[in-house]
Amino acid sequence: MSKPGSGLSLHIPEPPARPGQPPDFSKLVIPKAGAQPRPPVDVPAAQLRDTPYDLIRVLDESGRAVGEWNPRLDAAVLRKGLRHMMLTRAFDERMLRAQRQGKTSFYIKSTGEEAVSVAQAYALDARDMLFPSYRQQGLLVARDWPIVDMMCQIYNNTGDRLKGRQLPIMYSVKDAGFFSISGNLGTQFPQAVGWAMASAYKHDTRIAAAWVGDGTTAEGDFHHALTFAAVYRAPVVLNVVNNQWAISSYQAFAGGDETTFAARALGYGLPGLRVDGNDFLAVYAATRWAAERARSNHGATLLELFTYRVAPHSTSDDPAKYRPENEAEKWPLGDPIERLKQHLIVAGEWSEERQVALEAEIDEQIRAAQREAEAKGTLGTPPASPRTMFEDVFKDMPWHLHKQRQEAGY
Amino acid sequence: MATMNMIQAINSAMDVMLSKDPDVVVFGEDVGYFGGVFRATAGLQQKHGLTRVFDTPICEAGIIATAIGMGVYGLRPVAEIQFADYILPAFDQLVSEASRLRYRSAGEFWAPITVRTPCGGGIFGGQTHSQSPESIFTHVSGLKTVMPSNPYDAKGLLIAAIEEDDPVIFLEPKRIYNGPFDGHHDRPLSSWSKFPQSEVPEGYYRIPLSQAAIVREGSAATILTYGTMVHVSLAAVAEAGLDVEVIDLRTLFPLDAETIEASVKKTGRCVVVHEASRTSGLGAELMALVQERCFHHLEAPIERVTGWDTPYPHAFEWNYFPGPDRVRAALARVMEG
Repeated sequence: MSKPGSGLSLHIPEPPARPGQPPDFSKLVIPKAGAQPRPPVDVPAAQLRDTPYDLIRVLDESGRAVGEWNPRLDAAVLRKGLRHMMLTRAFDERMLRAQRQGKTSFYIKSTGEEAVSVAQAYALDARDMLFPSYRQQGLLVARDWPIVDMMCQIYNNTGDRLKGRQLPIMYSVKDAGFFSISGNLGTQFPQAVGWAMASAYKHDTRIAAAWVGDGTTAEGDFHHALTFAAVYRAPVVLNVVNNQWAISSYQAFAGGDETTFAARALGYGLPGLRVDGNDFLAVYAATRWAAERARSNHGATLLELFTYRVAPHSTSDDPAKYRPENEAEKWPLGDPIERLKQHLIVAGEWSEERQVALEAEIDEQIRAAQREAEAKGTLGTPPASPRTMFEDVFKDMPWHLHKQRQEAGY
Repeated sequence: MATMNMIQAINSAMDVMLSKDPDVVVFGEDVGYFGGVFRATAGLQQKHGLTRVFDTPICEAGIIATAIGMGVYGLRPVAEIQFADYILPAFDQLVSEASRLRYRSAGEFWAPITVRTPCGGGIFGGQTHSQSPESIFTHVSGLKTVMPSNPYDAKGLLIAAIEEDDPVIFLEPKRIYNGPFDGHHDRPLSSWSKFPQSEVPEGYYRIPLSQAAIVREGSAATILTYGTMVHVSLAAVAEAGLDVEVIDLRTLFPLDAETIEASVKKTGRCVVVHEASRTSGLGAELMALVQERCFHHLEAPIERVTGWDTPYPHAFEWNYFPGPDRVRAALARVMEG
């Protein structure tokens, strides 16, 4: 073995700042809002060499919507989007508190990432099939799925349609086109491609969309999904939510310091768009572009939603142990709710007073939902008879499960 | 009726189902135009079209994942994994996803997929083309595992598997694709056409899952076996000149416990035979089941004949393969007890 410095050296990525150090985002290149050209949705992927390294931005520093990607959404739609993002955040806050009170075992917040789920749900059709990861609760909120139903799953109470089988927040809502969430990361990505292939096979008009985090791009399933999506030109929108952190692992551990996650698309011959994930309008516009492209039979798009995980990974995580405590406040792309609010105010479609009133209204809505859900019990209330735990392993219960159920005394 | 070998019977099952159900799609590596490395899908793309029978990337995990997604949409995918040895990259999708989907979504979503894959040795395939991985699937809650031993059963069971709303691992013992190999590798292989099980209806029929077949009735002892080992066991019984009952399990999980129990209670002696390696193999489960249900009827300790707990060695294939001599020796031991 040689002395250090004389032979090879092994590179271990490090984030720019650790606890006790000031946050450092100086290496981030944030292009000017509105400067990104919007190609036609049927452009050959080979002509999109630059989009993965750019950053689609619509809202400028003053809150105005600028550039070719401006989706020119109606103010009423934007107010609804603001409402859904705020509802998602308030729901998260209440459920975090419920977890701290012992009413549930576990929770995952999506604070700071609300635009990703809500704007993307808006950009897709209501019948499109969603294959989410665990931080896309905003999709269900945006599809107006009852908050009470989500809370019942979190509480594993008598209203839990999943009969207490799943970890809190691992929703499954077929009626909202929301696929059952898996705790094994990334498995839903190629499944979404299969669903999209089936839709194309049946000459349907519905498309699929799937989400993974930056960390999960390192899983084989990510690669499998992109390969199959490219080969069969599957009508699917593949989303990487780059929130910088995979539990304690900085995004560089998935390769993010060497390139962008959107650039993964290039090797597969897919379009790769990199989007300001905290810009509601940009997220909407880019997703809409990918959805239109898929629906017009031009195949899949890889989107990188560039954002920041303000929340801990989960209630089992303490980010103060691995990143500067005030890093979230220094995130250069701001907060999605604040930015959309500012935009509406600048456009003369909103005011601080209405914002305060809406906050109060949402607070009351969430509290009412919580009361209703808690009337059906919280963690520790048996969601159903333990007898039900032997059901749904198979469509029809085989003899051995009948026997085991009997042995268990149910 | 037509005379079919196992490949033709399996091909016919998919052909029948492709014709019957527009939601059936067949895919895998080399499965489309070429018709599969073992020819199991020969002619199906030409007959049913490009989008119904097609090739895939060399990506077993992707094959199973996309099959699951298609199943969730409402199709009935039949995926081929070229060799059972190659199924392991797809293990997570099978074990954590396909098998758990119905349960974790409380019946909202399920994966009605059939995964066909050739298994077993005796073809000089070395350690990566010879394995019998059935017990790593029978251990998984939510999967059904099937292994036929002849053309008639292969077609009826495959049709039943495709029609199942639960995921099915359909293991095809490749050594008996062309004829019922009895373990005497130094003798010429008989072709299926000389055996009644090669008489296969050309149309639709099913053999229900979880029903074993008594392929030889007897009273002296019971052999529990499946796949290639059915033929090895029959040869051993004939050579031993004993009146042994031979049960072909056909579906390895969920098992047909009633047929097993009735036979062992009748004979009082039991030998378990499988090609897969021994420790934690399906034989262990079968021995436990017999012990639980038939202990007071047993006249001798249960014997098991299996592949050794080593990888499948290329040059020593026939030293690994549990041939009729080893089955005969086990029968002799169980009869002494």
